[in-house]
Amino acid sequence: MSDIDWADLWSQVFNFTDYGELLVLLQNSIIAGAVLGIVGGLIGVFVMSRDMAFAVHGISELSFAGASAGLLFGVGVVEGSLVGSIVAALIIGFLGAKSRDRNSIIAVLMPFGLGLGILCLALYPGRSANKFGLLTGQIVAVDDPRLNSLIAISIVVVIGLLVVWRPLTFASVDADVASARGVPVRTLSIVFMLLLGLAVAVSVQVVGSLLVLSILVTPAAAALRVSSSPIVVPLLSMLFAVLSLVGGIMLALGGSVPISPYVTTISFAIYVVCRIIAASRARRGVSGRRLVALDA
Amino acid sequence: MKIFGAKSARAGLDKAPSPRNAPRHVVLRVRGGALQFGERRLWHDLDFDVRAGEFIAVLGANGSGKSSLLKVILGQQQLSAGTMAFEGSPVTRGNRRIGYIPQQKLADEGAPLRGRDLVALGVDGHRFGLPLPRAARRREVDVLLESVGASEFANVAVSTLSGGEQQRLRVGQALAGDPRLLLCDEPLLSLDLAHQRAVSELIDTHRRQRDLGVLFVTHDINPVLDMVDRVLYLAGGSFRIGTPDEVLRSEVLSELYGSPVDVIRTRGRVIVVGVPDAHHGHDGHVHHDGDHVPDAPGSGDGVRR
Ligand SMILES: Nc1ncnc2c1ncn2[C@@H]1O[C@H](COP(=O)(O)OP(=O)(O)O)[C@@H](O)[C@H]1O
Ligand SMILES: [Mg+2]
Repeated sequence: MSDIDWADLWSQVFNFTDYGELLVLLQNSIIAGAVLGIVGGLIGVFVMSRDMAFAVHGISELSFAGASAGLLFGVGVVEGSLVGSIVAALIIGFLGAKSRDRNSIIAVLMPFGLGLGILCLALYPGRSANKFGLLTGQIVAVDDPRLNSLIAISIVVVIGLLVVWRPLTFASVDADVASARGVPVRTLSIVFMLLLGLAVAVSVQVVGSLLVLSILVTPAAAALRVSSSPIVVPLLSMLFAVLSLVGGIMLALGGSVPISPYVTTISFAIYVVCRIIAASRARRGVSGRRLVALDA
Repeated sequence: MKIFGAKSARAGLDKAPSPRNAPRHVVLRVRGGALQFGERRLWHDLDFDVRAGEFIAVLGANGSGKSSLLKVILGQQQLSAGTMAFEGSPVTRGNRRIGYIPQQKLADEGAPLRGRDLVALGVDGHRFGLPLPRAARRREVDVLLESVGASEFANVAVSTLSGGEQQRLRVGQALAGDPRLLLCDEPLLSLDLAHQRAVSELIDTHRRQRDLGVLFVTHDINPVLDMVDRVLYLAGGSFRIGTPDEVLRSEVLSELYGSPVDVIRTRGRVIVVGVPDAHHGHDGHVHHDGDHVPDAPGSGDGVRR
């Protein structure tokens, strides 16, 4: 304990010397963070209402495997992670219609993906910083082409979500009635898995596969604590995700620690605050009822 | 042979229609309907009409094909034989003039959904795009909420509502789009007696006001006994349809099941005792239709009030 040089430790975690210059250098990362926040916050609402948090985790491990393979074989990290994500999302989508099936499929896929990824990384001769980036996130690596591909994929996800928003909501909260009303529940579920695969692939680029949940689940879960409005929740969720990512990148700029602890800490803090707000509302008996009804 | 069977059943049907419904127009017409999954024949030669404003309870043991019948009407399942016409044309998927109310399932906490949002999904949940707030849509939802007595909890998260309140919203949701036929699949399941009463009265009120045909699947006829016009009883691959007095009799059900069944009527309640299992190889759960008494489990002769 006494061996630790606290001042040095602090400067590794928070270091704001030459901040202005760094900010310019890492402009791409900040844009990437903001875009990712919008995508993650938005799709997170459906991840929650479709009870897919575990699926997100499973997809991200296969995305990691794909990215590592992409690195090893020189195909490209983005391409590899996209392929891994989409394959995983489709497997889960087609085989896991029932949630029990889904969970077991994910539980089988996840360690397989992680193992495959670790194998590829172990064989990869490059710098180890690159390797860990795929698991825990990296901010320095967002060059222009990568930023462009990230934005392009994000636009596809956001537009896709906006198009299917209403029937997907119906199918997510009330599948039987939606189906009776002619909503193509099965097709929508596959479309959603594809969009989720894309969203996970772009998230893995920035926060790393281990921490994707902090963007795709935590912000939406926090928003759901403080509101149940279908308009307020997605907006808050996006705001929380953007705050976590951009805030995390800004704090991480000077330090030598990876970006993810900052992002996950902010995202977690927002969640805790939202829970506290919800608990204090519950104590005061705020429920949204117009009158206090005596339940018969 | 099938055709003869169908004809004779129809003749019997037309002879004794319930007087109140006799002149009403036919919303749903089923002729020679059969449904079969592989070797398993659920029902066959099914003939009946649902007329506007008519409340029909669909009874039968577990696995007798009640839910499947509704699925066929919703166009989600094809008949193995026979025809089914809604408002004069063959049934199709996603028909907006057919409302559907499933059994209450407690809504998930994970969804941002208030009472009014559940009802709004009935209005335009099938359309692509974003649910942009429009005054006309809001008004329509408000009217529906009011009509099912749900205005008070319109802005409350659905996951925090009681089962009865959720079913009220479901009725409102199903009434969106002004349906001609309401299909209810065990909508009272897992509700307490007061809420069973409230929800079935709500459905009864609306079918009278709106001249709605109602097919109401239930394992317990008693909560709706004084509301139903006719009973469609599915058993042993066959069926009987008629007023409760015509169908819910020991001779009729014994013949239908092919084994002795007792129908006991006591203090305004109907209790059916001795119903055999609907089919073989199921989970072995023997269902005694009508003798479901929530606060007296296991007693075949539970009588209340
Ligand atoms: N798509 C299907 N394929 C095969 N069997 C089915 C299918 N749908 C329903 N069944 C079977 O038909 C039987 C009747 O089911 P159902 O209509 O749900 O009965 P009920 O609602 O009267 O309890 C059940 O045994 C069920 O297993
Ligand atoms: Mg059923």
